[in-house]
Amino acid sequence: MTAAVETAQTTTIHGDRVSLLRVLGPAHVWALGVGIVLVGEFTGWNFAADKGGALAALIVCWIVGLLYTSVAMIDSEVTSTVAAAGGQYAQAKHIVGPLMAFNVALFLVFAYTMLEVSDAILLGDTIVAKAGVEGLTHNSFIAATIVVLAWLNYRGVLMTLNVNFVITAIAYISIVILFFSVSPWTQGAVLKLNELVTPGNALPYGWIGVIAAFQFGIWYYLGIEGTTQAAEEVRSPARSLPYGTMAGMITLLIAAAMTWYVCASLMPWEYLGITYYPLWDAGKLTGSPLLENLLFIATLLSALASANGCINDAARAWFSLGRDRYLPSWFSAVHPKYRTPYRSILFLLPIALAFAFIADLNQAITFSILSGVLQYTFMSINIMMFRKKWPLGTIRRGYTHPFHPLPAIVLFCLCMVTFFAIFLGFGSQLIAMTVFYFLISLWFHFYRYKFVRRGDQFSMPWPKPQGY
Amino acid sequence: MWMGLSYVCWGISAVLALWMLYDWFKVDTTYSEDMLTSSREGELEAVSEKHRI
Repeated sequence: MTAAVETAQTTTIHGDRVSLLRVLGPAHVWALGVGIVLVGEFTGWNFAADKGGALAALIVCWIVGLLYTSVAMIDSEVTSTVAAAGGQYAQAKHIVGPLMAFNVALFLVFAYTMLEVSDAILLGDTIVAKAGVEGLTHNSFIAATIVVLAWLNYRGVLMTLNVNFVITAIAYISIVILFFSVSPWTQGAVLKLNELVTPGNALPYGWIGVIAAFQFGIWYYLGIEGTTQAAEEVRSPARSLPYGTMAGMITLLIAAAMTWYVCASLMPWEYLGITYYPLWDAGKLTGSPLLENLLFIATLLSALASANGCINDAARAWFSLGRDRYLPSWFSAVHPKYRTPYRSILFLLPIALAFAFIADLNQAITFSILSGVLQYTFMSINIMMFRKKWPLGTIRRGYTHPFHPLPAIVLFCLCMVTFFAIFLGFGSQLIAMTVFYFLISLWFHFYRYKFVRRGDQFSMPWPKPQGY
Repeated sequence: MWMGLSYVCWGISAVLALWMLYDWFKVDTTYSEDMLTSSREGELEAVSEKHRI
């Protein structure tokens, strides 16, 4: 690995030019994607049970799993071709156009920054809950989480994602250990699924409850698309990105199924739907202090891994906006020693801290989910345009997803259902965000776009699109 | 113990935040703005990808 770093450092600085380091492999891509998401198994998904019962949480686990499998497949194809920092932003710029790209970058920055804020609040609250000391607040733990991870990101992407790989793997293994510790093949010994989920209480609010549960079902997988932000820093984007993203998605599907099975078999849906720590509570309910402490530590590690990946991704999206002059080019600076977008990392640091100290956890999560779903809606349209403008055979793709256009149609339909579900729970926030993106689009179109060097922003050496 | 940990967290946060500010200042005063913002999207792709099917 050291040799790779040295090679990259000597080959990517050309005279007075400095760029991001290409040092990452598929394992780092996996660590980035799964690291961002896995916290959703430790908290978040279970609120789906409050909306529609335990069975609804399982149904959305599968259906939203389908949504994210479509996201992973579509993302893998486009990103293996548009290998640039900014991920979906760079895709939108080349395939749809500048205004869409600007909006997509803002979706990304909002989704990841708000998720980082939620992770830090969760970590602080978990420590305070464990300590049970009067007068102890979560503020110091929130500050330490955000600042230490920002520092790690500032110092280099390789160490950042090596750390993420280790802590994500520990958190994941803890779920596997919990699963096998409760004898999942036997009902009645520890697990009591047949008593807790009965035909009478499986869907307490009927199918409308299942629809409402979509909003929190997103938490099983929210953020897996973040793997694409590493596109400019992986050694072989065409191979590593599809491989890391699809491996991550498979990992998460398994984790989601195990998590639901253990938690729904240990807790009644009325409690499961309101607790902030379903897996930690499951560890407590087994009666084993070892499992309880393991799941407590894993909850903290999952929050850390998620916040770490979010800082990485939000900074790269912001950096890309600066590089194309969609924002002041000052943000596009790369650290000459650590080769990271250091000004973007530092700029977003106080913003995350401010939101973490003043925002409510539910509000931060809702803003993150809303921005994420807006982004997925774009992706379904994006892939249709990509295949139409550059059909198979016209440009080289690292990965070609199967069954096109079925995944795009499924993704679009499921996004519409999710918007409806969000509207049921957080209608005013949905309208407020829509108005915000509309106004910021007007600002970009009428004011900011005149600063953009229009010819420089399209960097992929592709042939002219069909029909142009 | 937990209150002590809380103070340690504040301390670590302050030290690392100050270090980042110091390094930011040092870098910005050592290197030219043109060099720091010289990264270009897709540079490596243009070299390595010929898009031959």
